[in-house]
Amino acid sequence: MSGIGDKLRKVLDESVYQSVIWRSVFRHGFPDTDRNRTLVVLSNLFLHLHPAKLKGHAVRMRYTWCMGGLSFFMFLILTISGVFLMFYYRPTPEYAYADIIDLREGIPLGAFMRNIHRWGAHAMVIIVWLHMLRVFMTGSYKAPREFNWGVGVILLVLTLLLSFTGYLLPWDQLAIWAITVGTNMARATPFLGHEGPGASLIGYDDFAVVHPKSDVRFMLLGGSIVGPPALLRFYVLHCVFLPLVAGFLMAVHFWRIRKDGFSAPL
Amino acid sequence: MSHPVHPGPESLQPFFNGIDALCQPQIIFGGSIAALIGGLVFRRYLVKPAVAIGITVATLAFVGLSCLNGQFLSQAQKPDNVPIWILLAMTGFVLWVSFYQAVRNDDRIRQGLRTEEHEAAEEKLHVWPYLLYIEGIVAAFAMLVLFVWSVGIEAPLEQFANIAKTPNPSKAPWYFLGLQEMLVYYDPWMAGVVLPSMIISGLVVIPYCDPNPKGVGYYTFEQRKLAITTFLFGFVALWVVMIFVGTFLRGPNWNFYGLYEEWNPHKLEQLNNVNLSEFFWQNFMGESLPKQWFAREWPGFAVILIYFTAVPMVCAGLFRKLYKSLGFVRYNILIVHALFMMALPIKMLLRWSFNLKYIVYIPEYFFNI
Repeated sequence: MSGIGDKLRKVLDESVYQSVIWRSVFRHGFPDTDRNRTLVVLSNLFLHLHPAKLKGHAVRMRYTWCMGGLSFFMFLILTISGVFLMFYYRPTPEYAYADIIDLREGIPLGAFMRNIHRWGAHAMVIIVWLHMLRVFMTGSYKAPREFNWGVGVILLVLTLLLSFTGYLLPWDQLAIWAITVGTNMARATPFLGHEGPGASLIGYDDFAVVHPKSDVRFMLLGGSIVGPPALLRFYVLHCVFLPLVAGFLMAVHFWRIRKDGFSAPL
Repeated sequence: MSHPVHPGPESLQPFFNGIDALCQPQIIFGGSIAALIGGLVFRRYLVKPAVAIGITVATLAFVGLSCLNGQFLSQAQKPDNVPIWILLAMTGFVLWVSFYQAVRNDDRIRQGLRTEEHEAAEEKLHVWPYLLYIEGIVAAFAMLVLFVWSVGIEAPLEQFANIAKTPNPSKAPWYFLGLQEMLVYYDPWMAGVVLPSMIISGLVVIPYCDPNPKGVGYYTFEQRKLAITTFLFGFVALWVVMIFVGTFLRGPNWNFYGLYEEWNPHKLEQLNNVNLSEFFWQNFMGESLPKQWFAREWPGFAVILIYFTAVPMVCAGLFRKLYKSLGFVRYNILIVHALFMMALPIKMLLRWSFNLKYIVYIPEYFFNI
């Protein structure tokens, strides 16, 4: 029986799939044979994060909960929505709050993109924690994957820092006070914060080296209160520095999964 | 500024008041530790789908009834608290999933069979299509959830930032509420700097301090009892529960409120906490406090010294096998992290039972423990 579908398939075969252009992009046939299924993974930059074949248990959702992949997926969503927001946002107190209002009221899809970014960030924190829980519960941190567990812990910290630096950017009451509460802790850093133990020991007579305008909190905020310099610093950390470090460590993390092997029963 | 909240139907007031009476730090933390241990002991019953569904329904009914109370509802429906609900639900669900498999695998191991993961790992599958289809569907589903969430709930925006107007309570972002809760029991240099650093380094050293070669690549509890119990104690009791407490039970002035108790900023809590040095010199020795800080605080230093030397030695004797397989250095790294982890519940316990404020109190150098 030759229906319209078969005819369409034949036309497509001849005019598209056999064409010079198609074959220049995809250097293998349809992934319906074992050979092509291997090639499709090996010859694609994005898919070759995976090996061509995996042991059966590693494919199951009940084993992985998909949390590692979802962490990365959330990072991508946040990058894309974040770039969108960057087109409309200026990190100074005069504009920041007004720009968020603009995003909500005046810009097509602005509110939606901001919502995606805000809720996606919350979701990513939860997903990364649960990913860690899964890796622990399956004993996957044990040799030879000890180092990669450590990389993962740093990535978890970076996720929290990314979320925390982003918290300040709307420049509303929630933002400034959450960051004030959070960064006040830095005052108490031993030796480096002006209310930290040992800080008063550094200095000479009345000359204090560690004081409110020289301590680690001042460095973090660019001031002794959460003001314009803090907003700019958090913006640069949030949009440039932390994503670059996280991206770099993710590359290490994924590479080591391939090199150390996906966790499997011996 | 505060408007009276609707307390809910009259018939439910005894229930709400009863729960409120139970909402005290010692009951919440003690209860969650007891629930965790109970859950591990009775895991065989809890992993039965019927039991799990029963607990889920009961929890939903409890939350539903609670929503009739205005105070609970006002916190529960805050857009920024949606992640708390997701965190609680997901943590419960994934723990159930892992213990469901762990119990089955433990049974198989006991019968001399191989685990389900061992059997599934026999077969090698092509990533295309077997894994990529799952990834695609899961990604699409996650995207859908995020779309619905973003269309349905507007990200809040409060008033323009004003450093002169402090909200009460001012709370850290929800994922740091555990740290903020620690501030009740420790000074900022401990709760905000030392203990978080110890959490991070403690997580990093886990693989190097776990000498147990068993349990790689499959779910099990019986082969890794100590490791899993310790980790879940930290993850559930000291982190997730603290986030719940920080969100729902900590109100103005960071006072402890009942789940249904209106957040009255004028609520007074008696604070007559005393330091260890006062206990020692005034109550025990019957003298006045020495002026010089070391003369005054040496009992506290002695307690801390004993904690970090005698306890490791006793534990090395109790867990000889662990000590032998780790060696001196790795054993000490493990035990120091464990002691820092236990420092929080110990300080909580001391606060609740003796009103102890500081073990070492040297305000001259901001050095209070």
